[in-house]
Amino acid sequence: MADLSVNICGIDFKNPIIPASGVFGYGREYEEFYPLSKLGGIATKGTTGKLRTGNPAPRIAETPSGMLNSVGLQNPGIDAFIEKELPNLLHKDTVILANIAGATAEECAEVAGKLNDTDVHMIELNISCPNVKQGGAAFGTSCQMAEQVTKAVRNATKKPLVVKLSPNVTSITDIAKAVESAGADAVSLINTLLGMRIDIKTRRPVLRNNVGGLSGGAIFPIAVRMVWQVSNAVKIPIIGMGGVSSGEDAIELMLAGASAVQVGMACFTDPYAPIRIINEMNDFLDSQNIDTVREIVGTVQPW
Amino acid sequence: MKYTQGLYPIIEKKAIALDTYSFTLYCPEVADIAQAGQFVHILPENYGLRRPISIAGIDPENGTLRIVFAIRGKGTKALANMNEGQRMDMIAPLGHGFTLKPDAEHVVLVGGGIGVPPMLPLAKYYGNKATAISGFRSFRQVILQEDFEQFGTQVITCTEDGSAGAVKGFVTAPLEQFLSEGIDAVYACGPLVMLKAVAELCIRNKTYCEISLEERMACGVGACLGCACQTKDEKGEIHFQHVCKNGPVFKAEEVLF
Repeated sequence: MADLSVNICGIDFKNPIIPASGVFGYGREYEEFYPLSKLGGIATKGTTGKLRTGNPAPRIAETPSGMLNSVGLQNPGIDAFIEKELPNLLHKDTVILANIAGATAEECAEVAGKLNDTDVHMIELNISCPNVKQGGAAFGTSCQMAEQVTKAVRNATKKPLVVKLSPNVTSITDIAKAVESAGADAVSLINTLLGMRIDIKTRRPVLRNNVGGLSGGAIFPIAVRMVWQVSNAVKIPIIGMGGVSSGEDAIELMLAGASAVQVGMACFTDPYAPIRIINEMNDFLDSQNIDTVREIVGTVQPW
Repeated sequence: MKYTQGLYPIIEKKAIALDTYSFTLYCPEVADIAQAGQFVHILPENYGLRRPISIAGIDPENGTLRIVFAIRGKGTKALANMNEGQRMDMIAPLGHGFTLKPDAEHVVLVGGGIGVPPMLPLAKYYGNKATAISGFRSFRQVILQEDFEQFGTQVITCTEDGSAGAVKGFVTAPLEQFLSEGIDAVYACGPLVMLKAVAELCIRNKTYCEISLEERMACGVGACLGCACQTKDEKGEIHFQHVCKNGPVFKAEEVLF
């Protein structure tokens, strides 16, 4: 048995695998399959200042080795999250990353501030949702905006702050550097890539929102590349994600520089994916006589 | 809600109409708890997303579940290509099923096309207290009429072109007849335009009505919020609910078409 534990920003994770925000709700539905304590952590559904109803359906489209979604940050709002969901999650013996978002820097800061009085372990600030008109990706695609919103949230919270980055940018390293200088304790990447599908008979986009975020295996190589570039550009830890569906994928992302790994679409294909990935990582490390997963982080040997 | 994921063997496969298949799966733990109106979420091999398919038969004694589906795209085509002895990767049973009314004297089951199969477990429950009105485009699509008869359910088959069945035209004409005579409940599944017409007729006649919706899904269990549908509550307030967890069965007056 290899040691799978990792530490990010002073928080201990029993293993590096975290279901990504948006795929796992607030954990209740997957608890039917396995105890949440088996997971390294859970990134909860993106939560905003007030209830958001999200976008009209269809919100889902399958694509080659992936999928598009345009859920649009549907959530009950931060007060309902703190009152009804968080207490339950904090009893599950796993690290809780509260994913938060907002239309303005002030809203993001207000949401983060409300989490100060809770025992949530970390805050993951979403500056990269492609499915909302205000805030969302608008923050994540400009260095100045990314810095501004990160600063506002930094000033509102002492919790470890992870900023989730958009891949829909020319230079993700510039954004990563901007949020690092603004006080982020870690970055997580990549969020979904903006995509579109059209029904060729009706000539209508498959998604009612016309465009949506692409996730799944199709984006995995982009995630590896971006994690590697960002790990060479910043000193803060990286939580990697994007199309991870096996222990081998997770190992690859950690070699590129990720200290932990989030799992998204793979949970839909196989609800047990996070558990299987943890087991596969262990098997790989054992087969290579590697004692601890920590020693592989960022050890890719580039040509 | 209780559900599991597993690999379940196909014990019978039948082609029952053009591009339409019936599969019987051996899955005792699912058959034990499944209810009329619930669905299963099946993964075609080499695909990333599962396909939600309504349950067409529940047999706890033999530990089997029956599903009937039409080929709609590559994923359902891959499922249709599976054979007896192979195992389907399934999460089941999912969703909120139909409300059964033990005291009902006469209910009507309205199915349109591939919306007919989820009416079968209701026919099994209500037997000769049910009338099944099934609508199809033409004789090529007609399915499961003899299965309803086996339960003693009265069968009314409608085809748009009159090529099969007693009724030429839509399911709404015979439904209106029953509504005017007075019935205890209507259950419906089928194309949205049909559901809308059925819901309006029932609301106008003040007859209890439940309809089963479909939507593109990802997780199937209520976590990802992909399969949103708009509903309104008693106060007229509008909500997004989710077909996989809050549905697929909704009360007719809840749904905003």
